[in-house]
Amino acid sequence: MILRFLIRRLLELTGTLVAASFLVFGAVYLAPGNPESFLLGGRSATPEARAAIRAQYHLDDPFGVQYLKWLGQVLTGDLGRSVQYRSPVLGLIEARLPSTLLLISMALVLVVVFGIGLGWLSALRGGATDATILVGTSVAVGTPSFVAAIVLIWLFSVTLGWFPTTGSGEGFVDMVYHLTLPSTALALYWVGVLARVTRTTMLDEMGRDHVTVARGRGIAESTVIRRHVFRNALGGIATISGLTVSGLVVSTVLVEAAFGLGGIGDLLQSSVAVKDFPVVQAISLLVVALFVLVNLVVDLAFPLIDPRVRLGAGRTP
Amino acid sequence: MNTLEIEDLRLTLPGTARPVLDGVTLAVGAGETVALVGESGSGKTLTSRAALGFLPRGAEVEGAVRVAGQDLLAMGARELRGVRALTVSMVFQDPRTALNPLRRIGDFLTESLRTNLRWSARRAGDRARELLDAVGLDERVLRQYPHELSGGMLQRVTIAAALMSDPALLLADEPTTALDVSTQAEIVALLADLRARFGTALLFVTHDLHLAAAISDRVCVMYAGRIVEAGPAGALFGTPRHPYTAALLASTPQVDQPRRRLDAISGQPPDLRTALAGCPFADRCRHATDLCRAEAPVSTAVDGGTVACHHHTRLTLEGITHHG
Amino acid sequence: MTTTVHRRPGFGRVRTRRPWLYLTCLFFTALAFGVAVAAPWLPLADPNLADLGAALAGPSGEHPLGADEAGRDVLSRLVLGSTTALFGPLAVVCFSTVLGVAVGVAAGWRGGWLDSVLSRGSELLLAFPGLLLAILFVALYGDGLLAPVLALSLAYLPYVSRLARSLTLVERERPYLAAYRVQGFSGLAICLRHLVPNIAPVVLAQCTLNFGYALLDLAALSYLGMGVAPGTPDWGVMVNTGQSAVLQGQPLSAVIPCAAIVATVVAVNVVGEHWADLVARRQR
Repeated sequence: MILRFLIRRLLELTGTLVAASFLVFGAVYLAPGNPESFLLGGRSATPEARAAIRAQYHLDDPFGVQYLKWLGQVLTGDLGRSVQYRSPVLGLIEARLPSTLLLISMALVLVVVFGIGLGWLSALRGGATDATILVGTSVAVGTPSFVAAIVLIWLFSVTLGWFPTTGSGEGFVDMVYHLTLPSTALALYWVGVLARVTRTTMLDEMGRDHVTVARGRGIAESTVIRRHVFRNALGGIATISGLTVSGLVVSTVLVEAAFGLGGIGDLLQSSVAVKDFPVVQAISLLVVALFVLVNLVVDLAFPLIDPRVRLGAGRTP
Repeated sequence: MNTLEIEDLRLTLPGTARPVLDGVTLAVGAGETVALVGESGSGKTLTSRAALGFLPRGAEVEGAVRVAGQDLLAMGARELRGVRALTVSMVFQDPRTALNPLRRIGDFLTESLRTNLRWSARRAGDRARELLDAVGLDERVLRQYPHELSGGMLQRVTIAAALMSDPALLLADEPTTALDVSTQAEIVALLADLRARFGTALLFVTHDLHLAAAISDRVCVMYAGRIVEAGPAGALFGTPRHPYTAALLASTPQVDQPRRRLDAISGQPPDLRTALAGCPFADRCRHATDLCRAEAPVSTAVDGGTVACHHHTRLTLEGITHHG
Repeated sequence: MTTTVHRRPGFGRVRTRRPWLYLTCLFFTALAFGVAVAAPWLPLADPNLADLGAALAGPSGEHPLGADEAGRDVLSRLVLGSTTALFGPLAVVCFSTVLGVAVGVAAGWRGGWLDSVLSRGSELLLAFPGLLLAILFVALYGDGLLAPVLALSLAYLPYVSRLARSLTLVERERPYLAAYRVQGFSGLAICLRHLVPNIAPVVLAQCTLNFGYALLDLAALSYLGMGVAPGTPDWGVMVNTGQSAVLQGQPLSAVIPCAAIVATVVAVNVVGEHWADLVARRQR
């Protein structure tokens, strides 16, 4: 049962990934001009460079073969070569990964702690607390991360001088210090999102009969909230984790630009600016893969959260 | 001392013109079964919930609700929790929504004893098996989730859960209406059997007169937030003293008199938005006089019960004989 | 079958029963659009006229909202920037709605293989975050608003199409549509004349919410220097150019467009939420 579900889900997952990679690869042909000069970013290149590109993308083969060969390379970890840096994309990404990974992890911690915390408070306290949090989260979900970044820089770096305005620091502690404002800016929107989802689902759960029944059986209020309200709201909260993670990853473009951090997002932006398409291709592929992967994990974990969802039955509400 | 004593309970909801419960007085003795009968909206569910200390949000309350001599309305949250955990239990209307769908049946049964009395898992588990056996379920259900059980089985589970702490009083709020007809009878029989076995007092809320007659020692008839008549089941059905009771009986089909004409009660129960001057039933009552419309009748003791009707001494009303 | 508006996470039921809040937001949204339409005819300073003498000047009679670091008038850039800031997202909403409704109704009405192909396609698109797809399109087609608008239309399509599909599945079973079918009307005619108008209110509420997301994504793109053509005043571009002034302690020229973005998105969201609630209540 579980094995069959796993296999089916993995097949679906592979399907989505293959289709996505096909789109990302085929994009080269959707660009104006011929693929070769597009991949060279319109630069005038030596015949050797042209030959290298043709070989790398197998441009002399039929389209289907090109795609399969390219996919084979991607699967073996060869994400192509950057035109701008004249080096493998994988190396470029690896070099920038620690900073971005730390940024995203810090933001994720903030999102989970404050998103769930504020949503919880809002649902339980009601009244003025609820109203204040609602106003706050309304503004948060209307604030793109670059706006948050500018405001944070203005308040905490320029006016108060508490945090550096730019750079990602050396060593772990210094990096955390440098990334405090960036991760806050990155997290803000998703804190608003998660707080609202938590509030709504918890209020929904609180209105259920079994919660009244539990109170009527003399169960302590804190236990009722923990075991019967929050526990049951977890499913609704988990459903958006895929969106949250891929949203955070993409928004690093904005935050790294605002804070002058050299990371994956910064690499993506500069690659678009100088038309270094292999890099754009690789990063897109990674983000999509991450989204699919997180969703798979959530899918697999879902029967643990909600026993009514049998593996394979899907989790559409 | 009675197990449950509700005394002159008056409950006013915000934005209404008259109290939704208006001087409800009701007692359930130790081991006794009392049925609370009335149409929907008559306040019977509110009354039974008040016996658990549940009051609607924003309601104004007067009167007393005493369980084993202690007034629930004067209690703090902590004491109230203690009463709910140990002394009073409730069986709710729809068993399918009464259990947390994400927790196992065993967890539902033992939760209160384990979190409130700090019973060990083993001790609570043994108690749960004992009660599952009493309600006729296999102990296998302990490991199952609510969605794996039928409605009738779930209601057995909630009854078992209600009896876990060996309560003095069991409240059952229409425990059979959400079930199939065939399981309804089983659940009623089970309840009747268990309260005898465990010596639990039972307040049985229903709109079904026959059910009330079958299970209860005494019956209280509610109308528009008041108890209009109370008395021993047989007497109340045989010779009703309140015109509403009589009208209710006349509108109920009977198996042994299939050809009898059914008299529907004309009109509607009074609205909560208008204040009431006289008897709440006056507008629908065949026997009503000017007195009824002007002045609300007080509850008077008659042999074995009470009745709230100005004319109860001069009316002779037709009842039914019940072969329960 | 869930037929509620899919609020992309974050818009879980705000209580917008406060009519004054809704009316204020509606008024603000209408005002913003009015200004955006009228912008070319308003008596404003040249948005691209650099007056280095006035660089980073505070508010004055000449520059009511001050000037940016190149001495350009912030007010006139803000007002003229509202054109791209508002009509870009509007175009996204129009495209994604038309396409999404077409896809969703076709999938729901026909069912079968068409449904599974279209649903799979929607799922695939969902794996691309809107901003990423837009960046990809800019990388392919270069600057200009068209590429990101098309990309975002595609990215938001699944949100509309899933909604339209589930609404269609419910609506299709209604007796009145069966009656039309029995009378021999073609599926297309029934869909266009009866089904689409009936599902329109719910879809409209969804679109209003999508507008806010599109505004956020397009502003983000122009902040990154992608999307709008160079030289066009746009809110995102203004934030970008104002950023270095923030570091010098002159936040006004960056904070003003920031405030414009946040205020517009919040206002539109409140309006959209209110509509979604109205629709939900009506259906109950």
